[in-house]
Amino acid sequence: MNRKAKFIAGGLVIVAALAYLIYAGVSQSVVYFVTPSELGAAPVAGKSYRLGGMVVPGTLKWDARSLDLRFTLSDGQASVPVRHRGTPPDLFAENRGAVVEGTWSHDGYFQATTILAKHSEEYKAPHDQSQAGYKDLLKTLRGPESRP
Amino acid sequence: MTPELGYAATVAALLLALYGSGAAALSAAGRRGDLRRSAERAAIGVSVLVVGCMLMLVYAFLTFDFSVRYVASNTNLGTPFYYRITALWGALEGSIILWTFMLSIYTLIVIARYRRTQPQLYPWVLAVMLGLSAFFLLVMTIPAPPFERLSPIPADGRGLNPLLEDSGMITHPVALYLGFTGFTVPFAFAMAALIIGRTGDEWITITRRWTIVAWYFLSLGLLIGGWWSYHVLGWGGYWAWDPVENAAFMPWLTGTAFLHSVMIQERRRMLKLWNLALIILTFSLTLFGTFLTRSGIIGSVHAFSQGSVGQFFLGFLALVVLGAFSLLAWRLDRLHAQGELDSIVSRESAFLLNNLFLVAAAFTVFFGTVFPLLSEAIKGTKVSVGAPFFNLVNIPIFLALIFLMGVGPAIAWRRASAENLRRNFLKPVVIGIAAALVCRLLGIANALVLLCLALVVFVAAIIVLDFARAARARRRTGDGWLDATWGLALRQNRRYGGFVIHLGILVLALGVAGSQAWSTQTEATLNRGESMELAGYTIRYDGLQGVEESNHAKVIGTFTVSDKKGPYTVLTPAKKFYPQEQTPIAAVDYRLGFVEDLYLVLGEFARDGSHATIKVQVNRMVSWLWIGGFVLTLGAALAIVPEPRRRPAVPRAGRTVVA
Repeated sequence: MNRKAKFIAGGLVIVAALAYLIYAGVSQSVVYFVTPSELGAAPVAGKSYRLGGMVVPGTLKWDARSLDLRFTLSDGQASVPVRHRGTPPDLFAENRGAVVEGTWSHDGYFQATTILAKHSEEYKAPHDQSQAGYKDLLKTLRGPESRP
Repeated sequence: MTPELGYAATVAALLLALYGSGAAALSAAGRRGDLRRSAERAAIGVSVLVVGCMLMLVYAFLTFDFSVRYVASNTNLGTPFYYRITALWGALEGSIILWTFMLSIYTLIVIARYRRTQPQLYPWVLAVMLGLSAFFLLVMTIPAPPFERLSPIPADGRGLNPLLEDSGMITHPVALYLGFTGFTVPFAFAMAALIIGRTGDEWITITRRWTIVAWYFLSLGLLIGGWWSYHVLGWGGYWAWDPVENAAFMPWLTGTAFLHSVMIQERRRMLKLWNLALIILTFSLTLFGTFLTRSGIIGSVHAFSQGSVGQFFLGFLALVVLGAFSLLAWRLDRLHAQGELDSIVSRESAFLLNNLFLVAAAFTVFFGTVFPLLSEAIKGTKVSVGAPFFNLVNIPIFLALIFLMGVGPAIAWRRASAENLRRNFLKPVVIGIAAALVCRLLGIANALVLLCLALVVFVAAIIVLDFARAARARRRTGDGWLDATWGLALRQNRRYGGFVIHLGILVLALGVAGSQAWSTQTEATLNRGESMELAGYTIRYDGLQGVEESNHAKVIGTFTVSDKKGPYTVLTPAKKFYPQEQTPIAAVDYRLGFVEDLYLVLGEFARDGSHATIKVQVNRMVSWLWIGGFVLTLGAALAIVPEPRRRPAVPRAGRTVVA
C-alpha cells in the first residue's frame, strides 16, 4: 500500500469512529419532545421525554420540608401529573408555560429531573400585576420578626 | 429628533458602504488610484456615521428617551448609570451596532496599515470589508432598526434584562464581538488573494497576528461568558451546551484549527486549499451563530424572537458561503500543495490530526445544535439531544486533542526518527503515567479523571522540558536564568506564547474534569437558626432581610457557614424582584477557593422569614477554569507581540525545528 492510500485509510478509520461516536451519542441521549396529549396517548416507562405544557392553576403543591413539588401540566386536551424533588425554578408559576425533562414512571406520573420555565424577552408593560405584591413582601420582611 | 437623525445616519452609512465597496473593487480592477482614495474616504465616512449612531443611541439611553423602542425595552428610570451605557448591547439592535462599529474600526486599521504595503491585495480587502459593513448596516436599516419609535411613548421603560445587570455582561459581548469581527480581516484577505489569484502564503503571513487577536478575544469572550453563567445564572455550572454558547464555540474550534494549520502552510507549503476553506468556514460560523441565536428557530435560554433578522442572516450566510466557495473552485488549479506528507509519524500529521479533531468537534457541536431541526424535517418527530450527547461525543475528541497538544510541538517535521521520539517523549510519557499512578494510590478512582490527568501531565512535562532545554542552551551563552527565560519567551514569542496557551488549556481541562467528577450539591428547607451539613460545611440559616435598590427589591438570606476548623464565612444569597419580571431572579452568593467553591442559591422562603429553602453546592476545581483561562489569555497576548525578525530556518528531516 502506498503512502497516500495509507493516509486515506487512516482518515477513513477516524471518520468512521467519529460517525459511530455521534450515532452512539444520539441514541443514548435523544429526548423526545411531547405534549401532554401525545404522552398520554402512548406513554413508555423509562424513556426520556421533554414535556411541555401549562401549569394548571390549583394543582401546584410544594412541600418545603420534603422539597416535594407536584403539579399538573396541560395542553388544553390532556393533562399529566408531574412530580419533582427540589425548589421550583425562578420563572415557574401556575398558569405559565413550563417544560419538564424526565421519565414516565410505572405509577402513573411524570418524574421530572429538570424543570425549565419559559422566559420571554418580549416587551411588557412595566409593573406587571403578578409582581404587585412585592412591596408588601418587603414591608413584612422589614418587620421586627426578621433579623438581618 | 435624535432618533430620526440616527436613522438618517444609518441609511447614509449604508449607501456610503455600498459605494465604497463598489469603488474599491473598480479601483482594483481598473487600477484607478482616484477611485481607491474615494473608497477610503467612504470607509472613513462610514466609521464616523456608525460612531455617530452609537453616540446617539447612548445619548437616548442616558436621557431616558422612551420614545425609542430599543431604549424603552432595555432600560427604565431605575437602571444604574453604567448599565444604561452597556444596555446599548443588551439586545439585538444594539449588538448589531456594536458589531458594525467594530467592523468599521478594523476597516480603518486595515486602511492605515496596508494602504501602501499591499497595493494589490488591499483594494479588494477594502471592497470585501465595506461590503460586509453594508450588510450589517442593511440589518440596522430594515429588520432591526435601533432607532425605531414607540407610540404611545411609555412613562417608563421596561428595564434591562436583570440577568444582564452584571459586570460580566459589560465585557462579555464586547470581547465576543471583537473576536467575531476579528475573523473578518483574515477572511477579507483570503477573498482578496483568491480574486487576484495570489493564493500563496502572503495572505496568511499578513493576517497571522490578526487571527491570533481574533482568537484571543473570542477565547476571552467565551471565558467571561462561562464566568457569567457560573455566578449569575444560579445553576452552578459554567457551560450548558446551550445553542447560544455553541454558536460562539464553533467558530472558536475552527479558528483554533486555522491557527494551527497556517503553520503547516508557512512551513511546508501544504494545506493551501484547506486553510482557505477553514477561514471561510470560521467566518461563516460567526454569521451562522448570529442567525441561530437571533432567528428563534432553536429554543435557547438566550433566544430573542426577532423573525426577519434570522432570514436576513440566513440569506447573507448563503451568499457568503456560495460566493467564497465559488471563488475557491475558480482558483482551484492554483491551490496545489508544494510540499507533501512524508510520514505518518511527523509534525505535519500531528497538526493534520489536530485539525481533523477540531473540525470534527465543531461538526458534532453543529450536529447536536441543529439536530432538533434535522429530526423534525426528516422524521417529523420533535426530539433534542442535550448536554449528555455533547459530553459523550466531545470527551474522547478533546482527550485526543490534549494528547496531540503534547505531540505536535515536540515531534520532528517530515519524519520523526526513533531517536527523536525517544529523546522527546520517553520522559514525559513516564512522568504522565507515574502521575496518574500516584493519584490512583492517593485515592482518585475516576478513570476518566485519571486519563485526563495522565495526558495533562504528559503534555505539561513536554512543554516544561522543552523550555528548560532551550533556556539551558541560552544560559550557556552567559545569561542568568531569568534573562534566559525572558529572552527566550520574547525572542520566540509565537512558540512560547503558544506553549503558555497550551498550559492554560491544561489547567482548564483539569478544572473541567475535576468539577464534573467531584462537585456535589443538596437542597434543604431550614427554620431560622437550624443548620444543615454538606461536605464538611455546616450552614446555619439566620433569617431574611429586605432591601430596596434603585430598580429592584432584594430579599437577602443570611447563612453562617462553619467548617471543621470553626467559623468560615457568612454568605448572603438573595432573590431579586424586578417590577418588569413576573417572577424573582436568584442572586447567588459564593466563596471561591482554589480547591472548592461553596455556592449558595436561595430558593423559596416564608414571608415572615421563619424558614427558607437553600440549595448548597460544593463545586470542586471550578477556579481552575478561571486560572487556566487567565493563563491562556496571557499566552495569547504574548503571541500577539510583534516577533523580532530572524533568519528563516530550513526544516530538515529528523530534527526539531521551532514552529
